[in-house]
Amino acid sequence: MASVELRRITKRFKAVTALNGVSFDVKEGEFFVLLGPTGAGKTTTLRVIAGLERPDQGEVLFDGEPVNHLSPSERDVAFVFEQYSLYPSMSVYDNLAFPLRSPLRRMPEPEIRRRVQETAEKLRISHLLQRTTAHLSGGEMQRVSLGRALVRDPRIFLMDEPLSNLDAKLREALRVELKHLQKTEGSTTLFVTHDQIEALTMGDRIGVLSRGHIIQIGTPEDIYDRPATTFVAQLVGTPRINLVEAHREDDTLYISDSPVRLPLPPGRDVPPTLLVGVRPEDVRIHAEGEFLAEIALTEPLGVETILHLRAGKQTLLSIVPGMTDLRVKDQVRFSILRERLHYFRPDGTRITG
Amino acid sequence: MGGVKATGIFFRGTTTSIRVDKTGIRARIGVAVRAVLAVAIAVIVLIPVVWMGLTAFKKHADAVAVPPKVFFTPRLLDSWVFLFTDRLVLSKPMLAQYPPECTQSWQVCLKSCPEVSRWYECVALENGQLVTGPSKYLERLRNSLIIAGCSTFLAVLLGLLAGYAFSRFEIPGKDDLLFFILSTRMLPAVVVTIPIFLMYRRLGLHDTHFGMILLYTVFNLSLSVWLFRGFIDEIPREYEEAALVDGYTRLEAFRKIVLPNAMTGIAATTVFCLIFAWNEYAFALMLTSEKARTLPPFIPSMIGRGVVEWEAIAAGSLVFLIPVVIVTFALRQYLLRGVTFGAIRQ
Amino acid sequence: MATIELRKVEKKFGDLHAVKPMDLTIHDGEFVVLLGPSGCGKTTTLRMISGLETVTSGQIFIDGRDVTWAHPSDRNIAFVFQFFALYPHMTVWQNIAFPLQSEGQARANIEKRVQEVARVLRIEHLLHLRPKALSGGDKQRVALARALVRRPAAFLMDEPIGALDADARETMRAEIKRLHLAQNATTVYVTHDQIEAMAMGDRVVVMSEAVVQQIGTPAEVYYKPANLFVARFIGSPGMNLVRGHYADGIVYLPGDNRYQVPASWRPALQEALGGQGEVILGFRPEAGRLSSEGALAAQVYASDLHGAYTMLHLSLNDELIHIRTERSQGYHPIGVVVRFDILSDMVRFFDPRTEKAIRRVGSGSPAEEVG
Repeated sequence: MASVELRRITKRFKAVTALNGVSFDVKEGEFFVLLGPTGAGKTTTLRVIAGLERPDQGEVLFDGEPVNHLSPSERDVAFVFEQYSLYPSMSVYDNLAFPLRSPLRRMPEPEIRRRVQETAEKLRISHLLQRTTAHLSGGEMQRVSLGRALVRDPRIFLMDEPLSNLDAKLREALRVELKHLQKTEGSTTLFVTHDQIEALTMGDRIGVLSRGHIIQIGTPEDIYDRPATTFVAQLVGTPRINLVEAHREDDTLYISDSPVRLPLPPGRDVPPTLLVGVRPEDVRIHAEGEFLAEIALTEPLGVETILHLRAGKQTLLSIVPGMTDLRVKDQVRFSILRERLHYFRPDGTRITG
Repeated sequence: MGGVKATGIFFRGTTTSIRVDKTGIRARIGVAVRAVLAVAIAVIVLIPVVWMGLTAFKKHADAVAVPPKVFFTPRLLDSWVFLFTDRLVLSKPMLAQYPPECTQSWQVCLKSCPEVSRWYECVALENGQLVTGPSKYLERLRNSLIIAGCSTFLAVLLGLLAGYAFSRFEIPGKDDLLFFILSTRMLPAVVVTIPIFLMYRRLGLHDTHFGMILLYTVFNLSLSVWLFRGFIDEIPREYEEAALVDGYTRLEAFRKIVLPNAMTGIAATTVFCLIFAWNEYAFALMLTSEKARTLPPFIPSMIGRGVVEWEAIAAGSLVFLIPVVIVTFALRQYLLRGVTFGAIRQ
Repeated sequence: MATIELRKVEKKFGDLHAVKPMDLTIHDGEFVVLLGPSGCGKTTTLRMISGLETVTSGQIFIDGRDVTWAHPSDRNIAFVFQFFALYPHMTVWQNIAFPLQSEGQARANIEKRVQEVARVLRIEHLLHLRPKALSGGDKQRVALARALVRRPAAFLMDEPIGALDADARETMRAEIKRLHLAQNATTVYVTHDQIEAMAMGDRVVVMSEAVVQQIGTPAEVYYKPANLFVARFIGSPGMNLVRGHYADGIVYLPGDNRYQVPASWRPALQEALGGQGEVILGFRPEAGRLSSEGALAAQVYASDLHGAYTMLHLSLNDELIHIRTERSQGYHPIGVVVRFDILSDMVRFFDPRTEKAIRRVGSGSPAEEVG
């Protein structure tokens, strides 16, 4: 397994700059998630690392050695594509064996068979080896694509949104398995996704990418508890963080268009207008709550219920555990947990204490 | 209630079930009317071909009869003999030199006429003619096969490689190049026959197999490149990229992955190119005379010698049809998918 | 708005049973969700209601009228597709006006209705644009507007927000629900995402492999799943289901675990299992409580941060169970053994032979068993 480093990678496609000075590193054995919306440049980053695209500027290093000049086959990376990763006319066995049969490797057939069977067992697809890929379910197909990467024992795994085309339930199951597999094998993995749950649950560290720029790099806790910008704050967390405008007067923060008032946070240089972020789980409903609101919508999810609270002209989301008897148009009182508030300047950057 | 299976006799493997949108009586009458109309149009289109087939088995008198004869006694051999041999029409006195058994029916002639050695001479004699040698038809057929075959093969091969390059690589000026290639199809071929004629004359390519193959290949290349680019665009890049990352060179990836998936494209392009090269008339007429002449200009030229042997021409045209029919039939499995630019989707 | 009734509706494609005979009554103004994994028959059912698919047997009634063989345009329904199906060569205004124009309405009337609907969906500023220039969420709003403008008897939606980004999905989910509340429109909604189903539905129809598994309110399918499939499918992750052996008030679970069955469950288990036998114990992740004196023990398989809480994945021999814990409860490395309890009013039992839930004897109103 190897470590990977990107130094100021820039890539342009005609008029569009897909990557703009992107730099980050993936430590050996780490599960690094690149998170960003569609079009952020995540797939391009992976392709540059794999050697399928040449960067216009910048270097890619494996274990400290520059690999810009190496062809994809020489880099010894495994790539799991978002779709179209399996050859339709071949059996599962042949699909798994395909990487091992490349002339570069010259592996004898008995060795190939051993590796394929070992990998199939790890992914629990041994019973599918003789089937053609056309007769597999979505989850089984994705396991086989993972198997193709796994069977090679490469220096690093590159995964391009491998779970995004699966049903919600399958995604949940494969997420846990993939994480467990990575931890027990110790494989250096760079995983790309737009799904923030995948990022939070699977990553050792997360890099947030938007329009070709890295916005923040940190552990899941860093990204969730201390988002560097409003973009990051809104990207992670379901339901979405409540982000509202506020203005400062004397020692109080007034949330625009609402009755909500908060004390000025100590030790922070707060500008006259700012943005305040509060996560739904920090908006607490209780009888002695400070502020009054009307329920605009309820979304019962079973384990918890999302309530849309209308205070003044603002709508704030709140979560209560389990099911609730509250109905639309009911009046409730709520408080906001001060310690967990996020403060941002009007340009979106975090105001730190 | 709603399903109709369409199973072709010649095309196996694809059955389509038509979901009936409206299920009332009016809708079903509508479907029936449209079906009848489709069959009628098909019949009308096929009539000339059927007529041609019938004519190939008529004796001369029937072939030129006015009003046209639909029902007749077929003569299996006459027109074929006329097609493949050159003959001399014997005058009455010359005919009289043969004993009667030689000139009445060819079966009798074969058995009991010692002077006439071959069965086709018998057939000719029955029609009052003497065989003087083979006709040029077979030679022209051979030329057609060579020229059309080679040019199709080359157009498909080069088009495949070029189409692959256009699809996968970043070529400077790609869009312009593609437009240039397409633009050659925009002018009617006849417009350039004279310049090319002069060029070929100069280069000594006039009336050579090589010259014709070169010309047809180039003309087919524009269609071939565009078709292949489209077909290869439909093959996900990820297939080859996965192979590249796994340690295969581009050529190996091309051979193992692109080729098998491009079979429908290859089949469809082969048929299109073959049809063009096989049927091409204008250039064949202008740029060939004796050695490299193909069938399309030759068959009409059979008309101009005295009595027009329509039955022979019909037979010749029938033979002309066969190779393309065979190729299309052999490739039918691929064509069904290929003509609609079938995508490989998981 | 209207009622929709399905009587023994069935669909076969050749020998393949896409939908086995099902009965369903959708009341006026109700939001019913057809929920299930790919291939379960939910989309086929929706298409049969709309008329885009013919019925193999059975009958469909809309507002008491037999529409089983009626053409889709005769059923007075509006269909919203997953991939929007907007006409790319027309502007947003023209797209929305299209159904009214085909009905032959007067120009002034069309103008008024289109403006009205655009205001409801807040897309007035997009009316002159083409679909190409719109975001996914906006495109779906236009598709909804096009459906809304017809004032149909019912709305049929086929995974309308499946193609959108995660945050657009959240927003559109709330918007569709708000729209439903404001319009009180009878809606049949198809999805594979159980979060959507729970958040939006008045009732959920859970389907699997062409068969209806359970029909109930979100609370009912969450707290009283009828069988193993519903228990597993609803909730993310689904209910933990562990196979064990029941005898004398104790369920023996893998890994030498003994679970003391609460007294209120004993009579039901006694009756269902005849004193002893194989049983499946079920509990939701939020029903597990980590505790150093916990009655049950298992080994940590993985643990991950979900933002506000941490999900702990434990392995009981070969089976995986999931427990939801507070972030403050510390970090548990892989391989460590932890102890936990199950909240007694949230435990459920299933018969492994029939896969059906074992109901507590003498259970009164559904509210009693909730939570």
